[in-house]
Amino acid sequence: MADITLKPVDVVIVGFGWTGAIMAKELTEAGLNVLALERGPYRDTYPDGAYPKTLDELTYIQRSKIFQDMSKSSFTFRHEVKGIAVPYRQIGAFKPGTGVGGAGLHWSGQHWRVLPEELQLRSHYEKRYGKKFIPEGMTIQDFGVTYEELEPHFDFVEKVFGTSGQAYKVNGKIVGDGNVFEADRSDNYALPPQKVPYTAHLFQLAAKEVGLNPFVSASSNASQPYTNPYNCQMGPCNFCGFCSGFACYNYSKASPQVNIMPALRLASNFELRANCNVLRINLDGSKQKATGVTYVNADGKTVEQPADLVIASTFAYNNAHLLLVSGIGKPYDPVSNEGVVGRNIAYQTMSTVQMFYEPGKNTNPFIGSGGNGVAVDDYNGDNFDHGPLGFVGGSPAWCNPAGVKPIAGIPVPDGTPAWGSGWKKAVKDNYTSTVSFDVHGANMVYRDCYVDLDPTYTDIFGQPLLRFTFDWKDNDIKMSRYVTGKMMDVAKAMKPKSIHVSMKNFGDHLDLRNYQTTHWAGGTAMGTDRRTSVVNRYLQSWDVSNVFVVGSSVFPVGIGYNPTGLAAALTYWCAKAVREQYLKDPRPLVAA
Amino acid sequence: MKVIGISPQRRNFLRKAAVAVPVAAAIGAIGTAGTVLATGDGQDKPYQPTYFTAAEWATLCALVDRLIPADAEGPGALQAGVHEFIDLQMDTPYAYGKLWFMQAPFVPSPDEFGYQFHMAPRELYRSALPGFAQAVQRKTGKAYADLPVAQRDALISELEKGTLPIGEVPASVFFKQLLQNTREGYFCDPAHGGNKDMAAWRMINFPGARADYMDWVEQYGVHYPLPPASIA
Repeated sequence: MADITLKPVDVVIVGFGWTGAIMAKELTEAGLNVLALERGPYRDTYPDGAYPKTLDELTYIQRSKIFQDMSKSSFTFRHEVKGIAVPYRQIGAFKPGTGVGGAGLHWSGQHWRVLPEELQLRSHYEKRYGKKFIPEGMTIQDFGVTYEELEPHFDFVEKVFGTSGQAYKVNGKIVGDGNVFEADRSDNYALPPQKVPYTAHLFQLAAKEVGLNPFVSASSNASQPYTNPYNCQMGPCNFCGFCSGFACYNYSKASPQVNIMPALRLASNFELRANCNVLRINLDGSKQKATGVTYVNADGKTVEQPADLVIASTFAYNNAHLLLVSGIGKPYDPVSNEGVVGRNIAYQTMSTVQMFYEPGKNTNPFIGSGGNGVAVDDYNGDNFDHGPLGFVGGSPAWCNPAGVKPIAGIPVPDGTPAWGSGWKKAVKDNYTSTVSFDVHGANMVYRDCYVDLDPTYTDIFGQPLLRFTFDWKDNDIKMSRYVTGKMMDVAKAMKPKSIHVSMKNFGDHLDLRNYQTTHWAGGTAMGTDRRTSVVNRYLQSWDVSNVFVVGSSVFPVGIGYNPTGLAAALTYWCAKAVREQYLKDPRPLVAA
Repeated sequence: MKVIGISPQRRNFLRKAAVAVPVAAAIGAIGTAGTVLATGDGQDKPYQPTYFTAAEWATLCALVDRLIPADAEGPGALQAGVHEFIDLQMDTPYAYGKLWFMQAPFVPSPDEFGYQFHMAPRELYRSALPGFAQAVQRKTGKAYADLPVAQRDALISELEKGTLPIGEVPASVFFKQLLQNTREGYFCDPAHGGNKDMAAWRMINFPGARADYMDWVEQYGVHYPLPPASIA
């Protein structure tokens, strides 16, 4: 029983990061009374990004000032279905966010759309390479929405985020030296591309030299002063180097705080409550209608909040957790291969190449902007013939000078000891004499990679932690090794003194110790078939039609790019369906 | 030198930062075996640890002194105040395990699953430092701090490989914790008590909290000429 029962609202939004903020903006525009509940604290540019206090690597990165408070809640991991999962006790491989703005406050600003074929991954591969090409156990499927349907939303997201970049093709006409593999666009980026720092410039020259098609990647770090469609303002990024893990002190990196909240503050029909941890979405007796949510407020009281419409907009994997603890949708069982909630979890398959030069190269790696850099897409998606290669998927690769700070790790050549005078000299010689690039590969989805509720460990509210069953598969390691191998031509063309390659070997297991990427996806897949998806193509729950789910949790497969651009565009796509179809006649928008 | 544009709101901060920056040469004299003398910043008394006992302190100082030794390349850990930083950290939520998920059961697991040991940093040091000192005493008949550097380094290598039993804490877990905190104390902002005089930042030419490079982005391969700034 709840300690407090509140008056009903039209909409309750669970989780206030990018996707929650977008839904709040869209649904307040539609005239609804909207309440957003965020489990973490209130955050804003001041004080969380206040200058100069925020320029503190130890406090923000190693002591995770604005990441999830792991003492309250975490996740458990195991490599196989029969294993015993243990908790992710310290932040390592990924950096979960919490608080107002979510991970959208501490992200870097790398901004991508999606390759059209990744939205139809199974159909595309079956058509081009035949059904047998997709390995047994790989459960890739289509999103159920096309690039053409999403294009207006990608465009609007870039205008809201103040995205800097160079388009290649607008309305079928080549407009500049952007990404030749990029799908057609209806407009240019909101802002011109950012300046190119030295290491990215070297990467660009070398990539061209070996015949690839490098381009300045799009970033939601403003290259110029900008006012977005919501009248929110951004200042030009000054390459301070404190992006990922920090709140931008300069109003240059897009965030819910900078790009949406100033507009929401003017809406009298919007309320945001921080420090309110939603325990579950409540259902009526039929289990087909949500009645609202129950949450624990800042005083520890249990509060029942009735609502007509519930939006699940927690970070990636957490949406699966919310549906599982609420009893919405059938939990996935990898043994019987039945159920859907928690199915198709994807990570990303990273490798890194570091090139070392003689001291005096002055690469000045402290200069950086989170999303800025030069990328190549020649080995991403299906931009190359997979036929003779025997794997599914690909990798973009990029030199992304985002600001290398000294505690997190200065790259040193192979053979350098971890301590002592040898380590010190290597750090001294190499900090400003290194160039680094990443191969940011997609990760496919598999029958035995999924999330469910852990039987042992709980959060501070006594709810089970989310349990990941996940490991690397040969397909993805094969892909990553192939693309990394190809990218070695670029590394060699940069003529370094030595090269260090960090890539997965066959048989390597998921390693949670060192940072890789925060881009988990899946768990509440969207799709056209309710036997293999949790939400329909409008992101509406198949089972409870007044619950919509937004975020990268709805990706039914992993993608090569960073997910924020796609997650945000899908959220606008969902909001459009709610505004234009659902509100007029609340019902399942797709017949089950 | 190109004139660096400084916005009005930054000017006051940078002025203060410039005053607070003594030249690198003012780094204090360092004694042997963990005895820290005056650090040249106007304070005469050596730092007094608030968490570590005298015996723990002697071992800790002697260890960090070898993890990052003083030499001609740049400051050693003791000059940088790494030991003071670690002592100061022991009174933060981090050291009490408040930043980690510490719910039992703790199940021994393959390395890929990360930290699965039940102790928070405070307990870990309290157990491991005496455990290490005793192991060294048994093995060599001497205190760690009194051994020649080659022998001290060899013992650290044993910690690193996990081959030296030091009691309840697995040696490699202690080594990893100590090395991480040592690097933190060496390269953190001086506001945290380490990286004294920003000497470690000067060594690598990291400008710290300057954080404004609009006019340096396209100066390819040019040495960045300004000294570092601290948030303190």
